[in-house]
Amino acid sequence: MFKTGRRGVGQVSARGNLLLNLFLFLLSAACVYPLLFVLMISLSSNESIAANGYRLWPGQFSFGAYQYMFTIGQQIITSYGVTIVVTVAGTVLSVLITSLYAYAIARDDFRYRKFFTYLAIIPLLFSGGLVPFYMVSTQLLHFRNSLLGLIMPLAFNSFFIMILRTYFRAGNIKPLIEAAKIDGAGEFRIFFRIVLPLSLPGVATIALFSAFAYWGDWYNALLFIDQPSLTPVQAMLMNIQSNLQFIIQNSTNLSAQAFDLLRNMPTDAARMAVVILATVPIILAYPFFQRYFIRGLTVGGVKD
Amino acid sequence: MSVRATGGWRLRKNTAFLLMVLPGFIWLVLLKYLPMGGIVLAFKNFHFARGGFWQSLWESSWCGLQNFEFLFASQNAWIITRNTILYNLVFIVTGTILALAIAVALSELLNRRLAKLYQTCLFFPYFLSWVVVGYLLLGFLSFDKGAVNGMLGQFGWQPVQWYDQPGVWPYILSFINLWKNAGYNAVIYLAAIMGIDRQYYEAAEIDGAGKWQQTIYVTLPHLYKLIIVMVLLAVGRIFSADFGLFYQVPLNSGALYPTTDVIDTYVFRSLMYTGDIGMTTAAGLYQSVVGFILIMLVNKVIKKYDRESAMF
Repeated sequence: MFKTGRRGVGQVSARGNLLLNLFLFLLSAACVYPLLFVLMISLSSNESIAANGYRLWPGQFSFGAYQYMFTIGQQIITSYGVTIVVTVAGTVLSVLITSLYAYAIARDDFRYRKFFTYLAIIPLLFSGGLVPFYMVSTQLLHFRNSLLGLIMPLAFNSFFIMILRTYFRAGNIKPLIEAAKIDGAGEFRIFFRIVLPLSLPGVATIALFSAFAYWGDWYNALLFIDQPSLTPVQAMLMNIQSNLQFIIQNSTNLSAQAFDLLRNMPTDAARMAVVILATVPIILAYPFFQRYFIRGLTVGGVKD
Repeated sequence: MSVRATGGWRLRKNTAFLLMVLPGFIWLVLLKYLPMGGIVLAFKNFHFARGGFWQSLWESSWCGLQNFEFLFASQNAWIITRNTILYNLVFIVTGTILALAIAVALSELLNRRLAKLYQTCLFFPYFLSWVVVGYLLLGFLSFDKGAVNGMLGQFGWQPVQWYDQPGVWPYILSFINLWKNAGYNAVIYLAAIMGIDRQYYEAAEIDGAGKWQQTIYVTLPHLYKLIIVMVLLAVGRIFSADFGLFYQVPLNSGALYPTTDVIDTYVFRSLMYTGDIGMTTAAGLYQSVVGFILIMLVNKVIKKYDRESAMF
């Protein structure tokens, strides 16, 4: 995106450049700082948190929180497993479903393409709302405490369809489809052997959007999951928080059960360690894939 | 004979395409269109009875618009509507201005490497989940250990129970929204700025326009269309809120509901905790219908203004 950078005529003055740098540096720092802060909290010892509160530079460093997570915290390993399974299975499924659908409605010779295009767009404009969705999901599709409840709701996305359709309509693909048709290749063969490899940047964009969505999803777990063995990382993080709320609200008369919860609950540092563990894959992956996201954002209007 | 062959071939080809859309079609029917039928719940006096959901649905009596009357008779409908619209208005105005400022600044920066680094940092919060954002904020606003109360303490001021102060949350949530989304919106404006023909700037410079004037008289007019379309699209969604921002970031704290409850959080909590299915469906339907009308109106306006940018 920056390849057409401006040089020569029309440059900002040196002082202007400095001001722009200052402005952008402050904003960038504000964007990164909170995560750095939480990282440092997760590396603080319990004693130094108790004495000083959260500090950017803890009085005493400690890896205790991470040790705790991996020795006693069986739940984090289970949750990580759930998140990885859901992310991988969900991404593969959603790429398959959306690319097939988008390809069919991108082909001019598909007789019912208009119908299926509208069918995909209408849900962007009108929905039945949360309650009917919840009822159908739990009563008919049995998403409650099932991995399907974490995978299926994100498996299809009209926005992805619009992005992919743009790629499948690119000028360089059409002649190749015609050539393959003359050679007698079937439609599925054409799609998997010719179209998909040629549209790899588009498919990769969708795969990434999808993988990030699955990784960061807590909403479907909030709706459908209450079994610890099926709780993904983000939802586990959410549950730690509400347990704390629960204890604070009931702190005047701690029941034996609440006391037990309190005793077994990760300390401040351990909680922040879970935040870091939930975010690390994104921090590592995001800079490499940034250009795909930018492309996805700037490609594909919802038009026919 | 050739006609027959063509006809057969077309059918076969359409069969292949129909097979391709089939999984997506099933998904759309089950997860989108079937729930649309579920809005009948809004007009029923629904109670869970023996025999499960479907039998209860079948046997529950119709009650006309009673659920809507009940919803609008309470204070809640007014509060959540007001909150949803006001928050969205603030988000649209502040978000557009900051995103434009970032995009212009990034495009004018002399050092392209630095520009790229800044952009990476600014885009980053967009990829964090709202749960994580809630925790990041807790690091600052926690009553006994948070950085903000720590700083107040150093000045000798009393610590504040931030999660019990509804008055400050409109500011906090507006700030968090900017923090998470401004970089994302800036990317869209930046792409448009990069597409502006350099000659306009050169001509302006020859005419003696400074950098500031070039921004006002060259860059912004080129972005006008895009800005208006983006704002209109946001206006079309003014009736729906980002659930995560309003549920996770205030930690679902009851004391904050007066200023943090929006339609989406209200519907969710009503479904999960009160179990008044009919009234909750009615609230969701109210949101969907008004949202639909708004989007149709906005699309009409965009179409008049700039055919190319209309959604459909």
